Amino acid sequence: MSDDFETDSDDEGTEPETMTLPLDGWHRARGARMVEFAGYHMPIQYEGIMAEHLWTRSHAGLFDVSHMGQLQLIGANGVADAAEALEALVPGDISALKPGRMRYSLLLAEDGGILDDLMITNAARNLYLVVNGAVKWDDIAYLREQLPDDITINHGDDLALLALQGPQAVAALSRIGLSTLQPDWPAVADLVFMQASPYDWHGVALGISRSGYTGEDGFEISVPAEHAVALADALCAQPEVKPVGLGARDSLRLEAGLPLYGHDLDPAVNPVEAGLAFAISKRRREEGGFHGAEQILAQLADGPPRRRVGLTIAGRQPVREGAALLAGDKVIGIVTSGGFSPSLEVPIAMGYVAAEHAALGTALVAEVRGKRIAITVAAMPFVPHRYVRKIG
Amino acid sequence: MPRYFTQDHEWIDVVGASATVGITDYAQGQLGDVVFVELPPAGRTLAKGDDAAVVESVKAASDIYAPVSGEVTQGNAALEADPALVNSAAEGDGWFFRITLADTSELDGLMDAAAYAAFVDTL
Repeated sequence: MSDDFETDSDDEGTEPETMTLPLDGWHRARGARMVEFAGYHMPIQYEGIMAEHLWTRSHAGLFDVSHMGQLQLIGANGVADAAEALEALVPGDISALKPGRMRYSLLLAEDGGILDDLMITNAARNLYLVVNGAVKWDDIAYLREQLPDDITINHGDDLALLALQGPQAVAALSRIGLSTLQPDWPAVADLVFMQASPYDWHGVALGISRSGYTGEDGFEISVPAEHAVALADALCAQPEVKPVGLGARDSLRLEAGLPLYGHDLDPAVNPVEAGLAFAISKRRREEGGFHGAEQILAQLADGPPRRRVGLTIAGRQPVREGAALLAGDKVIGIVTSGGFSPSLEVPIAMGYVAAEHAALGTALVAEVRGKRIAITVAAMPFVPHRYVRKIG
Repeated sequence: MPRYFTQDHEWIDVVGASATVGITDYAQGQLGDVVFVELPPAGRTLAKGDDAAVVESVKAASDIYAPVSGEVTQGNAALEADPALVNSAAEGDGWFFRITLADTSELDGLMDAAAYAAFVDTL
């Protein structure tokens, strides 16, 4: 029996030593199976991916995503300087972000390829960035090289990051004793999707945003590492909350149609073909002035040669990353993420196909271990998003 | 009916020159929720160590190797309709396939239940 995952053993040879995160012992005490991911020991599952996935869709799952990079950009004269400088590297309108607002964006190479996808929040005194764990060291080096010297980059490596996701997340989080820092600042239940605010939790400073990677309503919580265990305990003491591992995080985001960096996005992918044109703000389309603007705006105008699409699959056999996609006998694309949808109880996938085969409903074939499996280009998300965009 | 175990976490029940092959309860626990099993067709000749089947969990596909050489006589049709049988009854109704034994001496190097339990304890 062989497994795609590196199991968590000591015989990892000459690999660099796997690091531990603040909740390492907490996961192990709760029976997590730990794997190496992004250089860290991470929980892949507790009671099982299927159960954890469905629990998150119906209740609330607590995810440890402390492997992700939490960065602050601080300008010499305030947040506007940092926003203006960062706009050379991302296609979003960062200068227009109001305090407490956040935006999904893309860190661009000079040719417009995607070096990472990230969240950028105007945290009033700085820009707060959350980047992928697997590439965070590269991101930091790239930002340092590309940004002017008067922009300070702080790496919050003394912070943990928890995500509480699911329809009952707001009820659970509202019960643990959070206080706003000012009377007129929003309680967590009053945040809308992609809004953030600081909170006090029994003397501990937390940064909380209404955001996530599951398609559900939910929150991401930045907490000082030394308080991560107490916070995880307080959240899991709520009847709606169970810990959920990376396995379900992946199946949830696939159902939500959200791309995973290193699989669906990489430096050879341009934002337009990735279906992420929404991240290229109107003002930036008009003004350009970001890395790869020429290539990216040309794809916007002319249409990309290939597109990221959803794929539904006949039968029960999953079609996974790397499977070739064919029209007739001609290879016209590749699967970049694929697995089984616990919510829909069928296999689902996403991948890239040549633009002329990207229309919804197009019939294709995937090749898996020499077998041809019927595939149909399908709309994403596979499971509707349930973000809270308005309060009341 | 003797039951043998391999270091690849398969079990083999032997009756005369015929054997039934499955994966162990430990193996299904490692794989997690099984959503699909690709079985070898009847009539396929397998050499010991060949890729014999593929188990798909939510997350990953895992190869199952032929623990002995022989000709496949039957796949477990019940796994098509209910692949989760591998999780609920790995060492019973969740069997994978039946195979004729080409060389019974291949059984000599395999473990019995006690030896396999001791082996799993070392993992």
